[in-house]
Amino acid sequence: MTSLRRGVLALLGPPVAWMLAVYIGSLALLVAASLFTTDPVSNEPTTDVTGDNLRRAFTVGENVAVVLKSAGVALAVTALCIVIALPMAFYIAKVAKPRYRRALLVSALLPLWAGYLVKGYAWKAMLRPASPFGVNTHGGFLDSVLGVTPGFGWIAVILALTYLWVPYMILPIYAGLERLPPSLLDASGDLGARPLRTFRSVIVPLLIPSIAAGSVFTFSLSLGDFIIPKIVTEGKIRLVGNLIESTLLAPNQPLAAAYTIWPLVIIVAYLVGMKRIGAFESL
Amino acid sequence: MNLSRSARWVLRLVSWVGLAFLYVPLVVVAVLSLNTATSLSWPPQGLTLDWWRAARKADGPREALWSSVKVALAATAIALVLGSLAAFAMHRFRFFGRTAVSFLFILPIALPGIVTAVALQNSFDRRIDLGLVDFRVGFGFHSLVVAHATFCVVIAYNNVVARLRRTSPNLLEASADLGARAGQTFRYVTFPLVRSAVVAGGILAFALSFDEIVVTTFTAGSGYQTLPQWIYANISRPNTVPLVNVTATFVMAVSIPLAWLAQRLSDA
Repeated sequence: MTSLRRGVLALLGPPVAWMLAVYIGSLALLVAASLFTTDPVSNEPTTDVTGDNLRRAFTVGENVAVVLKSAGVALAVTALCIVIALPMAFYIAKVAKPRYRRALLVSALLPLWAGYLVKGYAWKAMLRPASPFGVNTHGGFLDSVLGVTPGFGWIAVILALTYLWVPYMILPIYAGLERLPPSLLDASGDLGARPLRTFRSVIVPLLIPSIAAGSVFTFSLSLGDFIIPKIVTEGKIRLVGNLIESTLLAPNQPLAAAYTIWPLVIIVAYLVGMKRIGAFESL
Repeated sequence: MNLSRSARWVLRLVSWVGLAFLYVPLVVVAVLSLNTATSLSWPPQGLTLDWWRAARKADGPREALWSSVKVALAATAIALVLGSLAAFAMHRFRFFGRTAVSFLFILPIALPGIVTAVALQNSFDRRIDLGLVDFRVGFGFHSLVVAHATFCVVIAYNNVVARLRRTSPNLLEASADLGARAGQTFRYVTFPLVRSAVVAGGILAFALSFDEIVVTTFTAGSGYQTLPQWIYANISRPNTVPLVNVTATFVMAVSIPLAWLAQRLSDA
């Protein structure tokens, strides 16, 4: 055995073995689990093979509609994150005074660590509409301060998810802008392009891999979320994550496994697509 | 690039509005933790520290806090060992399947939490018969540690590998030229160089585990409750609003400075 192989095996063996055994093994078992029937009395998975769960997950219109809506929400969140992150990252990387850059970037990223539930809960407090009933008829922060709130609906879900994941978009775009040679921007200006034209024809095309990298997180984390819709719509809106959760608790493990194949397939396809664009070199 | 004054102002304004968007909701929760009223209405009706005092005596959040800390410490320890090993290997060697391996570590945070959650719940619940060994993982402290460690590996890995990339290979060659054996180079050169990155990775892995709710919900079983689980269970109960406000503010007050510290360490 060469020393290269020995080195790789000794160092990489334990972590790769762990990931394969715990994670890839579980994903494989998940796909397998969707192929079994459920005992009608005990609700336990049996060992009888059936295609019913997959058929229900992939052909029943109601379920497909939930998946499409969830994908729509995830795309809307991703688009909104790009719209917010582009000018912010551009300001921090190229306009703000160099000595403030680090501090501004850290300020934009720190809320990531404030706690997922805390932030979902914060949006419940922000969005609360005024109510004619109860002891306290005042609405939340938005209603009281801005005089308007979208309330607990689709906009609430998209807003709260955007809020949660936008730092994941700011970071790769900022990193992409830092790598951008200033001479390119000067050249564009020297050739007569106005800033907006430079932005559209030079900066954005070069940032595509960074945006793709950010979108892996904004899209994927939004797609499977079931807790945010529960918190900020008080359970009124159900996404594919809610469908999976309620099926698992029903309990119908095989059917829940079949539903889970939806986000699994969508995200793997998405990852493959983003890899082509070069997202993983920009992570 | 020469931007006009007005373009600069627009960008500055957008960025400050963006930062306000990121921080206002957090401030709102922190202020509401001092609210005399027990609802989420704004503005607060009066300010009091009573809820903070009450929270200190409450058993629920305190027990849940210790459960979270124990899981996060154990998961971080495993993730640091596995992640650092992987980082050294990936930095040092070029081999077939290298991209696939880095993909393998990213997968648990790139796939939606619900996929990881249902997959692990299913395999922990199942009797696994491998011929020689036949076992069922089951649920509790140990299943949470295994699940959390799995998605924390990538955090440790990323921090260490980023530091190694910034380290000049000349230092290692110099060490070897001066007669150090591989073990000595590691002990006296490589490890001191990556130490702060390992600590930073550890802090972030801890924070990630401490905060996790989706995978936790499905892999904890009934006997174990972490702090996020406690918050989640109480978030929609009207009479625990003040206690949830205090706990949420506490979580922010602990994790934001920790993340800031990690940031400083990984810049060092």
